[in-house]
Amino acid sequence: MKDTATEPLLGRSVERIEDAALVSGRGQFIDDLPVATGTLAVAFVRAPHGHADIKSVDVTAATRAPGVAAVITGQDVTRYIRSMTVGVKANVECWPIAVDRVRYVGEPVAMVVATDRYLAEDAADLVEVDYSPLTAVVDPVRALADDAPVLHQSLGSNLINERRFRYGDPETAFDAAPHRIGIDVTYPRSACTPIETYGVIARYEPGEDAYDITANFQGPFSIHAVVARSLQVPGNRLRLRTPPDSGGSFGIKQGVFPYMILSGVAARIAGAPVKWIEDRLEHLSASVSATNRQTRIEAAVEADGRITALDWDQIEDCGAHLRAPEPATLYRMHGNMTGAYDIANVAIRNRVVLTNKTPTGLNRGFGGPQIYFALERLMDTIARQLGLDRLDVIRRNLVPADAFPYRTATGALLDSGDYAAAMARAVDEGGLAELYARRDTARAEGRRYGIGFACVVEPSVSNMGYITTVLSSEERAKAGPKNGAQATATVAIDPLGSVTVKVASVPQGQGHRTVLAQVVADKFGLPLDAVRVLADVDTMRDAWSIASGNYASRFAPAVAGATEIAATRLRDKLAKVAASQLNIGASDVTFDAGRIGAAQNPDNSLSFARVAATAHWSPGTLPDDVGQTLRETVFWTPPELEAPTADDGINSSLCHGFIFDFCGIEIDPDTAEPRIDRYVTMHDCGRILHPAMVDGQVRGGFAQAVGAAFLEEYAYGEDGSFRSGTLADYLLPTVMEVPEPVILHHETPSPFTPLGAKGVGEGNCMSTPVCIANAVADALAPEGDAPNIVLPVTAAKLAPLIHGEEPEPKEPVPETKAEATSGGRKLTGEGRALVQASREDVWKMLLDPATLDAIIPGSHGVQKVDETRFKADVTLGVGPVRGRYKADIELSDLDPPNAVTLSGQAVGALGTGGGHGRVTLTDTGDGTEITYRYEAEIGGKVASVGGRLLDGAAKVVIGEFFRALARHCGGGAGNGPIARLRGLLNRIAKGGRT
Amino acid sequence: MPRLTKDEKPAVRFTLNGRAVSPEAPPRMLLSDLLRHEIGATGTHVGCEHGVCGACTVQVDGAPVRACLMLAQQAQGCDIRTVEALAEGPELSPLQAAFREHFALQCGFCTAGILMTLDALFASQPEADEATIREALSGHLCRCTGYAPIVQAALAARNRIKGGPIDA
Repeated sequence: MKDTATEPLLGRSVERIEDAALVSGRGQFIDDLPVATGTLAVAFVRAPHGHADIKSVDVTAATRAPGVAAVITGQDVTRYIRSMTVGVKANVECWPIAVDRVRYVGEPVAMVVATDRYLAEDAADLVEVDYSPLTAVVDPVRALADDAPVLHQSLGSNLINERRFRYGDPETAFDAAPHRIGIDVTYPRSACTPIETYGVIARYEPGEDAYDITANFQGPFSIHAVVARSLQVPGNRLRLRTPPDSGGSFGIKQGVFPYMILSGVAARIAGAPVKWIEDRLEHLSASVSATNRQTRIEAAVEADGRITALDWDQIEDCGAHLRAPEPATLYRMHGNMTGAYDIANVAIRNRVVLTNKTPTGLNRGFGGPQIYFALERLMDTIARQLGLDRLDVIRRNLVPADAFPYRTATGALLDSGDYAAAMARAVDEGGLAELYARRDTARAEGRRYGIGFACVVEPSVSNMGYITTVLSSEERAKAGPKNGAQATATVAIDPLGSVTVKVASVPQGQGHRTVLAQVVADKFGLPLDAVRVLADVDTMRDAWSIASGNYASRFAPAVAGATEIAATRLRDKLAKVAASQLNIGASDVTFDAGRIGAAQNPDNSLSFARVAATAHWSPGTLPDDVGQTLRETVFWTPPELEAPTADDGINSSLCHGFIFDFCGIEIDPDTAEPRIDRYVTMHDCGRILHPAMVDGQVRGGFAQAVGAAFLEEYAYGEDGSFRSGTLADYLLPTVMEVPEPVILHHETPSPFTPLGAKGVGEGNCMSTPVCIANAVADALAPEGDAPNIVLPVTAAKLAPLIHGEEPEPKEPVPETKAEATSGGRKLTGEGRALVQASREDVWKMLLDPATLDAIIPGSHGVQKVDETRFKADVTLGVGPVRGRYKADIELSDLDPPNAVTLSGQAVGALGTGGGHGRVTLTDTGDGTEITYRYEAEIGGKVASVGGRLLDGAAKVVIGEFFRALARHCGGGAGNGPIARLRGLLNRIAKGGRT
Repeated sequence: MPRLTKDEKPAVRFTLNGRAVSPEAPPRMLLSDLLRHEIGATGTHVGCEHGVCGACTVQVDGAPVRACLMLAQQAQGCDIRTVEALAEGPELSPLQAAFREHFALQCGFCTAGILMTLDALFASQPEADEATIREALSGHLCRCTGYAPIVQAALAARNRIKGGPIDA
């Protein structure tokens, strides 16, 4: 029996079948799907503090607001669900919404369900939450200190898990080695930030106690179990569906699951279906990010650069809650802690720490960037300290080509590769010699130019058991073994004999449907468009398992492989059916050009559709051993993915691709701006199924890595305030920042996957950040000790390294006293105003609530509490963001009628503010000069989204206050009858309103 | 433009992809929300709602505009084109076809905005050089492709439009 005689589709860059709809505006993303009439919108009230106790939540006003169906607090939610499962043994609760304490800015505190999103957000502003702020901790090392504020009292500290591992004999290796070389590495927080945000549509059927949830969730579907358990229903009472299209994920959309739970509860309480589409501020502040990590890595090194042992000490920051599947970021690479190198002895200490930042989750590269940044910076350091060529150090340590399949010290089984050959080809075809020449020329001209290298093993198809490596072997024995990576595929034939493929791969834009059509069309000898593919999931209808979904680069190796197996099984059965109809042997049957026929006699053939549909129309004519040919569902799990061994060895992934990158970077001598001159990336991802899609994955991962290397960081103040809440603060690379890399391929098929393919999507997120860092280090210091490089490598960070620290200004700005609550956005300013009134009159006005109400910009009323205390209700805006605040104002240091200090605290839906100012009144003869000096600090949403505008906005608002005072007195800068008239009208208008 | 109070919901009369429409919209409703949720033209996508990502770009009287930064009521009397108008009948436009041929999209979420910007660019500057094209694209964020295929598709489309019928 032969496969199709025409040129196979697989391996060719056919046009994507997804694209005609997507370029025409006919995609079916979550927010495009039709919803039931009467579906309500959800808006969230979120924490403005990084760490605070919730004293009370008053929903009275919000409940009465127009269009509101329900206002739901964290306490309400706890009546319907239980705490989400945590992946380590620890006495800690993990709720999807804050219950009695908020632990990161943006944490959900309440939900408002209303007839539309505009009304829901209006009402969310009316929910009054009384917080008692606590000291926050955002740095994972500080979070471990004895005196650090503890996020979860039940844990007793912020250390939620610690494990030590020992493989081989690291102590002896370190003792025997002539060199012990180590570095400390700080890896920051960033995220791959899809352009489409989270979205959930949920309904609840009380008659069956069943939730029906559609979300742009990407998997893994092990999370289905987490959600069902939290909702306290059996798995069959949680129908989870995904939309046909998803606007990118890169891991991030795994993190939508707490909102699946919350939306389900909201639908249940509101008694109607609900829909929630996350906005960008919500996404940046409260979806998920990658982990930030502090690492100490040391190597035992021979004189020639050969490494005999590694010692890792990793402190992983998972944010405020350890959400499933964390701490997976720390353990996904556990089998690969030796990278591409043959190192027999390894010691590892892993600590998982909680801080007042957004909980972490899946993110492209998942654990790889953090590991390889440390390991490849170490390789660079070893070469520097021993005076060796950096490529020689890499070469001497590579896993040799004849060693595959190679078992790493920590348990991974590297499936295939020829690392040295791939590297040699990259050096040659990527033009490294020319790049060295460019560097020499640049340096001869006094320019700062560096070359960096990175060598990476890229794991794909995660072992569902790797996360259990976080448990001790005793705990694992008690819980039962976890392992495998079930992939599923169904190939079905309808009564007209056409072919449908269903998989649970949940693509987020990668073109899965096209590749599967290639696989199956080839198998049946059909044209590409004869095969229809569905890749979205409905857990009540489709074949799926916990490993289903779109993560760990599992599509090409696992899902396409399972599809290949299903199509082959069906084809073999159809060959038997055809053989009986054509009166030939099954081994003589060919599938080609839409027909099934005899290999030796082209005239003896039948249409594919006719043979394929036989089982529908005349099942009685099928050969006895065929069964049916209607549908073939395959579940495939690779036997190599075993549970962790008793001594903590873990084959954490099935496939291991190889990447070798090098790049040239020049640092601008004036601006210190780093620029990529040339970037070369060599990939061995096994057999390539669709070359253009593979290169698309490489370019996409590379661009995100360029962002992580140069631009992106989730920025937090020490008080936990979040400072990168817009895409103008969290900078993503544009077409101007992303050069086109030189992409090279070296194919060594995987022996462990049906098609020989390995994953390819994540590698550059692992290799590129450190390759760039190594090049920057080379540019800054060609020899000797390298500077500590912390991403993102911005001009602001590099400038002091090439220009020295910025000199103090000649006329120093007077330092104002800093208050204890440092970390927020600090604003200071001063100004003066002239008014045509006596000091006594101005003094009275400043103490009169009616006058204050008239002149405070955006005031909705000022109440006098006592002689020196006022309450005000004001609307303030910064840029496009406006919000209503409740302010407490206190007067102190009264020196009537000369001076007074005003102190205030304001709290609103947009955040918090506080400050104090000294106002001085001076008699000018025909009026009074008011001078003021203030210092204020702002946190919460305003600080997140309007940080760059705050200084200017504060000046405008405060200036407006004094101009209004001047107008009120009938004087000021705009002196004259018009100003007086305006003042009068202003008073009338205010009077008329109140 | 007339002054409206927040409880009013007057009709906005404008042309959408060549057809007259008059949906009702409260004063604060964004054009992006009107197009997507009131009219059902969901091809225009919303990525940030603060004018940075460019996903929601539509053409207003021929010029690319962020639909998330424009109030629905401001569309009164305008001629608005969205991605749904690019293809004439079942055939993709040269620009759309070039995006498909060059794999210039993956998830396709940002694509509508990019297409509308480039379509407006080539209408006004059929000879736009690569630097001009990159400048126009720099107002759009794409997280999937790394941009190189988008630039290639744009160059190919420009060449095809130039070489094709004048009104292409």
